[in-house]
Amino acid sequence: METLFNQGSNLAGGVDRAFIFIFSIAIFFTVGITALMIYILVHYSRKKNKNPQQFSGNTKLEIAWTVIPLIIVLVMFYLGWSGFAPMRKVPADAMQVKVIGRMWTWDFDYGNGKISKELVVPYQKDVKLNLFSADVNHSLFIPAFRVKEDVIPGYNNYLWFRPIKKGTFDIYCSEYCGLAHSGMVAKVVVMDSLEFKGWLANLKATGNQPEHPGLALLKSNTCLTCHSLDGSKIVGPSFKGLFGRKSTVVTDAGEKEIVADEAYIRRSIEEPNAEVVKGYMKGLMQPYKGKISEADLNTIVDFFKSENAKQ
Amino acid sequence: MTYTSSEPLNYLNHKTGLWSWLTSSDHKRIGLLYLYAITIFFCAAAILGLLMRIEKMAPGQTIMTAQTYNGMFTIHGIIMIFIVVIPGLAAVFGNIFLPIMIGARDVAFPKLNLFSWYIYIFGAILGLYSQFANGHSPDTGWTFYVPYSAEASSNVVIALTAAFVLGFSSILTGLNFIVTIHRMRAPGMTWFRMPLFPWSLYATAWIQILATPIIGITLLMVMAERLFHIGFFDPALGGDPVLYQHLFWIYSHPAVYVMILPAMGVVTEIFPTFSQKPVFGYVPIVFSSLAIALVGYFVWGHHMFTSGMSYESRWFFSLLTFIVAIPSAIKVFNWLSTMYGGSVDLKPPLLYAISFIFLFTIGGFTGLALGSLATNIQLHNTDFVVAHFHYIIFGGMGFGFFAGIHYWFPKIYGRMYNFKWAYISWGFLFTGFNLLYFPLFVIGIQGMPRRYFDYDPKFQTGEFLSTIGAFILIAGLAGMISNLVYHARKGPKAEANPWHGVTLEWQVPSPPPHENFDEIPVITHEPYLFDKPATK
Repeated sequence: METLFNQGSNLAGGVDRAFIFIFSIAIFFTVGITALMIYILVHYSRKKNKNPQQFSGNTKLEIAWTVIPLIIVLVMFYLGWSGFAPMRKVPADAMQVKVIGRMWTWDFDYGNGKISKELVVPYQKDVKLNLFSADVNHSLFIPAFRVKEDVIPGYNNYLWFRPIKKGTFDIYCSEYCGLAHSGMVAKVVVMDSLEFKGWLANLKATGNQPEHPGLALLKSNTCLTCHSLDGSKIVGPSFKGLFGRKSTVVTDAGEKEIVADEAYIRRSIEEPNAEVVKGYMKGLMQPYKGKISEADLNTIVDFFKSENAKQ
Repeated sequence: MTYTSSEPLNYLNHKTGLWSWLTSSDHKRIGLLYLYAITIFFCAAAILGLLMRIEKMAPGQTIMTAQTYNGMFTIHGIIMIFIVVIPGLAAVFGNIFLPIMIGARDVAFPKLNLFSWYIYIFGAILGLYSQFANGHSPDTGWTFYVPYSAEASSNVVIALTAAFVLGFSSILTGLNFIVTIHRMRAPGMTWFRMPLFPWSLYATAWIQILATPIIGITLLMVMAERLFHIGFFDPALGGDPVLYQHLFWIYSHPAVYVMILPAMGVVTEIFPTFSQKPVFGYVPIVFSSLAIALVGYFVWGHHMFTSGMSYESRWFFSLLTFIVAIPSAIKVFNWLSTMYGGSVDLKPPLLYAISFIFLFTIGGFTGLALGSLATNIQLHNTDFVVAHFHYIIFGGMGFGFFAGIHYWFPKIYGRMYNFKWAYISWGFLFTGFNLLYFPLFVIGIQGMPRRYFDYDPKFQTGEFLSTIGAFILIAGLAGMISNLVYHARKGPKAEANPWHGVTLEWQVPSPPPHENFDEIPVITHEPYLFDKPATK
């Protein structure tokens, strides 16, 4: 059980203490009950025991197996509570990172427009994550740190931790959020304070690279989850070399040849199911008619045109 | 089944033809109508489960796309939860045996009982339709969490309607059973002379009546939001997505007890019969059922420990969750003591019943790991949860059902299945079950989230073993079902009381006559006395 002993944060110890107690009790009783059942089946089998005894209860036993389990579960409750309580007490001077979950990607916002796709945190420093959703429910889960909290639209949920191990750990989305839920993963990287400062300083430089506003729109509408920029086939056709591309599309009236011009791109965004490129499934993309502004549509078309001009 | 002069008249042959079944208000026939419908839905959803397991044999796409996978776990969940296990035991064995076991000729409202079956079928069809209506493919998961379910399609309204229609069938069945138990017990059958399966149905029926309306309220709120834009749940309208989760679980958590309580009732009948010894702790078992029904209402929040609920509600729901574990523990100890000192005969029904104890114990303890706050944070929404509830629902309710069908089969059909065939099928089923679900505990602790189409290769060993388990389990199911289906018609004639049971259903012929009793029996003592006959 790799993760159980891989304690990446200060909170993991309290969680694992509760785990060890609960599972020890569980194994003890499961083995005990099973052994007793086997003993009864063998020792009191009908072959050996033709005369069943006829007793039907015992008050002392009933009290014993009510009170003893009650005490055990109260200890379990206490351990669970004591491992959990620190998770809600965030140190006042914790470093704050804003986390935005959207279908199906994580953004880690360090302030001043510095946004990273990886959560990078300094070793042995308290970090508070403020969790926001841009669309539906998600949940930020870092197994090695034993932390998880839902990311819900309209909620300002949070979690915190202090990394006690350097290295790279997995981040999962653990609240079902649609098609690419299992692809909504990221990494948390724990590094020395000094190294972290350098990384954060550099982040600005990468964040300053000009990005076409049309590409930003494609990202924020999560188009790129299904349409790649590099020519690879995901769920929908790739955006690489889209403008001016000839394709066969399937319509209600049958197949036809089209050229991806401005009118076609607009149609495909507003009414994606009317003309579906052959070899791809219908009905996976929602129609954006009425959901996207005229200005945004123009910006997106302009992005495809500008990509075409680069080649 | 056709009438032949060699066979005495019973409920199966006193009238024949499909129409006589579809219009029958005989509680036993209605129970069988439920049995056949539930079996068909169960097999379909089990096949979906197998396909999902094949997909997860290796990371990445194996046999289906992500969209198909998401659709399959949604449909699998909806069928299994709402159409199979919630009605499940109460509708099948409750209908067939409740009136006989309390010495009545039928339930209190026989026509309402038949009507409940039609509502059930209508709800089941509506539930499936909801997932494909308006050209959408199903992909919300059986919990229909907003805002995803609301954004994805308008089908959440139809899906909740289906849950409510199915729930309504539950309410009517529950109401019918409560009135039957209050008004129609045979003369001399005081409350504490009533067998324990009817007691478990009584506790269940109250949950059905009191919890199900919540899903109706939720439905009304969703409709008001969609039609009149009153913001209950949608954050864009100022609503609260977590409120939806509260309402959903206020119904759906007690529904878990609707599933498991009758299964506990079934095995409570089996242990004394196959030990030829009275139930140990009759009164504690009765009160533990009632306690589960009562406390089970107040633990729904444990599905939402990571949702952003207040600190106080988190620890409060955790504490109550631990309290609800106690009555289940009491039952397990009483069942073991029932067998202790008896003359124990390991026939197929008892084999399934002790498997129930084993699987339910594992399910229960892993439930404690989920009820504890600190460990819940790690386990919530991982494969650990999937393993836990399959141990409870399939290992508990499912094996309880299998125990019940092997126990009462000779009474229902008047014929006996093949024992050797039953033992071998059990071997496959039990081995496959543990191989399928146990590895999911391990990878769940390691952090493998549930509802993941694709996964990190480090989880592959667990996922692969689980898929092998699924094949073995399906083989066991096929063996068990074919044994029962074949011998329902072709099996050797069974005696009226092959297991030497003492409750009333064993005192009538097999299969029972149309109205169960020529003369209503008079009860003179408590049930489960193996040195005295049940009636005077």
